[in-house]
Amino acid sequence: MTEIIVVTSGKGGVGKTTTSASIACGLARRGKKVAVIDFDIGLRNLDLIMGCERRVVYDFVNVIQGECTLKQALIKDKRLETLYVLAASQTRDKEALSPEGVRRVFDELTADGFDFIICDSPAGIEKGAHLAMYFADRAVVVVNPEVSSVRDSDRILGLLSAKTLRAEQGNGQVKEHLLLTRYSPKRVATGEMMSVGDVKEILGLDVVGVVPESTDVLAASNAGIPVILNEDSDVSRAYEDAVARLLGETVPLRFVDEPKKGFFARMFGG
Amino acid sequence: MGLLALFRRSPPSAHVAKERLRIIVQQERSARGGGPDYLPLLRRELLEVIRKYVNVDPAAVQINVEREDGQEVLEFSVALPEKAR
Repeated sequence: MTEIIVVTSGKGGVGKTTTSASIACGLARRGKKVAVIDFDIGLRNLDLIMGCERRVVYDFVNVIQGECTLKQALIKDKRLETLYVLAASQTRDKEALSPEGVRRVFDELTADGFDFIICDSPAGIEKGAHLAMYFADRAVVVVNPEVSSVRDSDRILGLLSAKTLRAEQGNGQVKEHLLLTRYSPKRVATGEMMSVGDVKEILGLDVVGVVPESTDVLAASNAGIPVILNEDSDVSRAYEDAVARLLGETVPLRFVDEPKKGFFARMFGG
Repeated sequence: MGLLALFRRSPPSAHVAKERLRIIVQQERSARGGGPDYLPLLRRELLEVIRKYVNVDPAAVQINVEREDGQEVLEFSVALPEKAR
């Protein structure tokens, strides 16, 4: 069975594409057959984060408009056997996407035996975001521990419970997961940043991952290598845990507490 | 954190963020989540009536619909200004 997961947030710049790329890689690394699709028509970026920007020949809109086959447009990842990227169109406007077209692509991926379809949603609540979530079975809501991001994600939760195929057909809820990014245990400890518990309480969601703030994320996007593939990074471990939880494993939360400092470190800084 | 920082405490802002979000998220949820669609208008009209007598701030008027055990409760609260007469 193919599972469709939308990575969404409402607010821009919180880490949707970084998260989509890393979750897709993490699932593929566990042997799952994964397609990760960029729904941000006109503002294509997933290709850059995945490091396949120079291999884009056909895109999502080309497939929907019948200008190429799905096989021609799927870019096979060079690192992971079972991972494929479908780029967004850079030139067309958002109207080029249609629910029927998206459904046809998803049906074909299902028939091809894909285990997961990861939909990288654009920011906002317009058509692209709507279509990215419309067919979803599950949603990973990416949130920064910051007021505007939390509020916007609650708006997205409202849409997930009303404007999706599952909601419209009364076919159960889209399963929602909270993924916190740019988390700073140190600032949480000093009371400058809302904690996982705070955000969880406000939104009422289960936590699928907490990704610490790190310079590794920028380094990964600079290089075009999804950050989960940087084995030395806590960000990678945090995403790896999130992938495990998505697959139903029980994994304790890491990177949510400030590492204990010794007496000297506290006195003299470090 | 250096030596000085041990003695210098800025007031923590996270709990302010949490409180503000708790209120606005609850308000927005009741406005959309099946809450009656007359709520925003009701809130405005009530505010106008109250303002004939007391000059309250719009933010001081809270209106929510809560569901408990199959019952719907319309909750309405007005925080009066300190020197209201």
